[in-house]
Order: sequence, then C-alpha cells, then structure tokens
Amino acid sequence: MSKQFPADQAPIPTAPVPPAHWAASYEEEPTQASAPPQANGMTALKPFGWAKDNLFNTPLNTALTVACLFLLWLVVPPMANWLLLNASWSGSSEACREAAGACWSVIVVKHRLIFFGTYPYDEQWRPFLACALFVAMLGASGVRAFWRPWLAVAWALTLVGMGVLMWGGVAGLTYVPNDRWGGLPITLMLSVFSIALAFPLSILLALGRQSSLPAIRTFCVGFIEAMRGVPLVSVLFMASVMFPLFLPEGVTVDKLLRALAGMTLFTAAYLAEAVRGGLQAIPKGQYEAADALGLSYWQKTMLIVLPQALRIVIPPIVNQFISAFKDTSLVTIVGLYDLLTAATVATTDPEWRPYFAEVYVFAGLMFWIFCFSMSRYSQWLERLANRYTRR
Amino acid sequence: MTANAIIELRKVGKWYNSYHALRDVSITIGKGEKVVVCGPSGSGKSTMIRCINRLEAHQTGHIIVDGIELTDDVKAVEKIRRKVGMVFQNFNLFPHLTVLQNLTLAPIWVRGMAKSEIEEIAMMYLKRVRIPDQAHKFPGQLSGGQQQRVAIARALCMRPEIMLFDEPTSALDPEMVKEVLDVMTELAGEGMTMVCVTHEMGFARQVADSIVFMAEGSIIESGSPAEFFENPKSERTRQFLGQILEH
Repeated sequence: MSKQFPADQAPIPTAPVPPAHWAASYEEEPTQASAPPQANGMTALKPFGWAKDNLFNTPLNTALTVACLFLLWLVVPPMANWLLLNASWSGSSEACREAAGACWSVIVVKHRLIFFGTYPYDEQWRPFLACALFVAMLGASGVRAFWRPWLAVAWALTLVGMGVLMWGGVAGLTYVPNDRWGGLPITLMLSVFSIALAFPLSILLALGRQSSLPAIRTFCVGFIEAMRGVPLVSVLFMASVMFPLFLPEGVTVDKLLRALAGMTLFTAAYLAEAVRGGLQAIPKGQYEAADALGLSYWQKTMLIVLPQALRIVIPPIVNQFISAFKDTSLVTIVGLYDLLTAATVATTDPEWRPYFAEVYVFAGLMFWIFCFSMSRYSQWLERLANRYTRR
Repeated sequence: MTANAIIELRKVGKWYNSYHALRDVSITIGKGEKVVVCGPSGSGKSTMIRCINRLEAHQTGHIIVDGIELTDDVKAVEKIRRKVGMVFQNFNLFPHLTVLQNLTLAPIWVRGMAKSEIEEIAMMYLKRVRIPDQAHKFPGQLSGGQQQRVAIARALCMRPEIMLFDEPTSALDPEMVKEVLDVMTELAGEGMTMVCVTHEMGFARQVADSIVFMAEGSIIESGSPAEFFENPKSERTRQFLGQILEH
C-alpha cells in the first residue's frame, strides 16, 4: 500500500539524528556523546591554583576558608581520637575505664542483645538467618534482571521460611512466641511489611481522592486527613490499647499485628498525598488519549496514568519510606522491642551503663546503613525511570 | 438526510457553566465523507468534534454515531470509541511507552488482539506514515511531525471507521506541517470518514467534501469547498476568510 515518496519528502531530513545511546538498554550507563567543553580549563589547573581561584579569590572567601579550616581542626581531631585512636575495642569494662576514647567493647559484649532483644539466647541463629534471608531478598528485589514472576514465588517461600525460623514449633525448632522477638527482626519486618502494605493502599487512597463518586472521595479525604492530623504515637496507642476494646470478647489480635496495622494506615495516608502529587502532574491530554482509544478506567489508570505518575514521585515516596523505617522505633511505646529499644535495654546493665553513647552511635549507624541504602537505590531508580524523557 | 449517514448531530447544545459553547448544532456526515470544520477560536469547533466520541458530554439534542446514540451509558460510549479514532493538537502520545507500544497498547487491551499479530499490523501502519525506523524509540526522541504521524498510526491501529482530527497541525513547526497533511491526504484517498478541525485551507480545498464554518457555537454555513471559498453566503464567513486568506 505504501507508495514511494520523493527524496525531498523522506522522513524528516531536518530532524536531528538522535545519538545511538538512546536506543541502548536500561542496564548500561549512557556515554556522553559530546562532552561540553570544560569551563576555561579550570580542572586542568594544579590543586594549588584551584584553591587560589576558588577558596582565596576574595577577602570574604579567604575569611570563610580560614574559619572553616579552624572549625574542622576543632572538631575532627577530638572526634577521630574518641571514635578510633583512643578507643578500646575489646576486653572488659575495666579496660574501657582506662581508655580515653570510645568503648566499643560494649558492642562486642552486647551486640546479640541489641540485634535480637530477648529472643532465647541459644536460638538466636534463627532470627539471624531470617534477617539475612530477608535482607538478601530485599537486595535481590532491587535488581532489574530479577524482576520476573519467579521473584514473587521466591518471596512467598522466603516469608514462609522466615515464619518457620522466627516462630519455630515445627521441624524440631522450639516454639518462640512473638512477644519474645526483638531488635533488628522487629525493625526490619515492621518497616518493610508496613511499607509494602501501605504503598498499594496509598495508591487506592490517592485515586479515591480524585474519584468522581462523592462517597469514595469523602471517605478517602476523611481517612487521609484524620491520619495526617494525629501523631503516629497516638495511632499506635489506639491500635494497641483502644482497638482491642472494640473486639468481641475472646477475640484477640496479636500486638505485633496491631502495631503493623497502625503503622501501615499511618504511612499510607502520607504516601497517598505523595502519589496524588504525581497524579496531578499527568496532563489532561493523557487521560483523553486513553479515553479516545477506548481504554477502561482501570486500564487507563494501570497502563497510562500510574506508570507515569509514580515515576515522578519516586523522591517523595522514598522520603516517606525512609521516614517510616525510622518511625518503627516508636513502637517501643506499645511495648515492642525494636532495634533502638533493644539498644536501650543493653545500656541498663550497670557494668556497661557509662557507655550508652557508644551503643546509641552503633544503633544510629545501623539505621543509617538501611536509610542510606534506600536513598542510593532511589537515585538509581530515578535515573532508570527517567531514561525515556531524556532529550 | 443521506441514507448512509454515519455521524448525525441533531440540535446539540452544550454549556460550560453559564457559557453557551454549542447552540443547536445539527450536521449529518455520510460514510466516507471528509468534513473540514473551521472558524475563529472559541467558536466551538473543537468542542463539537470532542462530543462525537464523548470526550465532552453534550447536554441537549442527540448525537448518533453509526446507529448508536451517545448517552451516559458507558457501554454505548465504549462501543463508539472503538469505532472512532482521534488525533489531538498536542499528539498526546504516551511518553513512557515506545512508539510501537503506543500503537499496540489499545488493540491488545481493548480489542484483545495477540501481541505478535498487532505488532505486525502496527509496523505496517508505521511504514504508511513513513517512520518504521522509529518504532523502538520513545516519543520524546521524535520531532513534532513524527510524533503526530505516530499519533495517526496509533488511532488507525484500532481500525476505526471514523477519524477525528482536532487541529492536528496547529502545534507543529511550519516545516513539519506538510508531512502530516500528506499522511492525512493519503488516508482521505482510502475512503476513511474524516472530520477535521483545521485552519489549513489548502488541505480543505484539496481534500474536503464539505466545509463547515462555525462561530459563537453555531454552524454559520456549510457547503462544498468551491462554494465556500468562491461564494460564501454569510458576511461572517467572508470576514473570516478575508482574515485567514490574506497571508
């Protein structure tokens, strides 16, 4: 059917030919096709020249540079001394009293209490294995090559495996009730499960908030505003103290589960607002084009709107994820032992009590590792998701 | 009224709050007919063609497309949207999908076609709009003219009986207008029913069976291109033609 067309009508001779890397797959980093020329060869200068041009080029900059160097000299050497050089790395609390620096021995002695709380000491390989499995699966889930149907199967198996390890009661493992769980497994499971459950819920809430049906819209707005209007602590109290009062006699819902539900609902309300921001950024024309092609509401939402909206809101969503991860430490008020609470318990031993600062630094480091990983991962995800808009 | 009418508007009225956008618009379009709608901005021409696939809902009168009346009934709307393809001023391609995915999405999900089958058909349409080599790029990597040709191919992949064009060349750089009009002219030659809002009077003269002139939400006059350009009946039309044909 297609007829020959004259050469002067050939497809857009005026259009710039896109560089080949546009067609490249997502895995490989695009190479800069034509690097912009370096501004007046600044980087080619010797370090001394660079410092002169950038740090000492005006009297104000010179003053600021000197002030900064002075501050660094005040802070860095004592910190390095305390953290590393004068620190005591092993031995008893007596050895720590001699040393001028940090007492890292407290971590060596107490690390199992910090990580696993009151889980029976001899069985602590079980939460360790469960956590290792969990973290490994989280890591694997972030790899693009693994985004295949079997990943869901692997997750199902992992969750069953974690349940078996943590509770036991089968395969010769002794039963450990979940009020004895504590430390890292609580922090990881509460945060990951509440985020994983809150995310789809938040999408429904955000869509509901834009619904043309008044009942749905009112419910979603009401829920979001109610949740955002109260502190997480009070939500947790409600879930843990008030909620059981509404249940019929004899029915109990596990404390851990109630805290998880509270965190999920709270996180979902905040996430919903982030998702709504993305929904609002989608031009009207996208909805119209989908309508004109005959797509149904859910096809339009799942295939056109959400894939674009969620890419836009990766930064605020991850922001909420990180916030939710850290908020798990608030479950201490309903009597659950997360990592931070377990660390606090570790400092109550009279022998090691003077070294609480070290314990908190260590707990902080643990939180930081997870939060920083999320932050880095979101940056990678953003680059991946925004490939298609690069011009 | 022609026996083979495929689109029929009877005394259609529409308001945006208190603004009267369409006033008793009546028009009958036969199968295979090419109609160009023109008029000053705000005259209701876009609103009218957007009512034909119910991107806008009319409030009074009747719209009947291929024997189905457009009402609030979702099923009727869905049926009509499958028969009617639309091309927009701003292309409205899906930026997160490749060109080929843009073409195959609706046939797969709405018509339930097999992926391999529709991909073959999609490539055929891309050849017809002369950009088969861009199939695996994203819309953002294409020029405006190329994007609009993809949009035409996307609509055609649904095998529509009617094509609506809402100012398809208005957002294009001047040197890209021709490549889009060429594709549209070719399509007209194949017997597609087309309703096209445009200010491209050369295209209208060459392709249209009839030209409809609208102002202030009403159809002022309609007729064959020869009549319309050589012998406009109303003062309002003469004034409009005088303004756009000056250049």
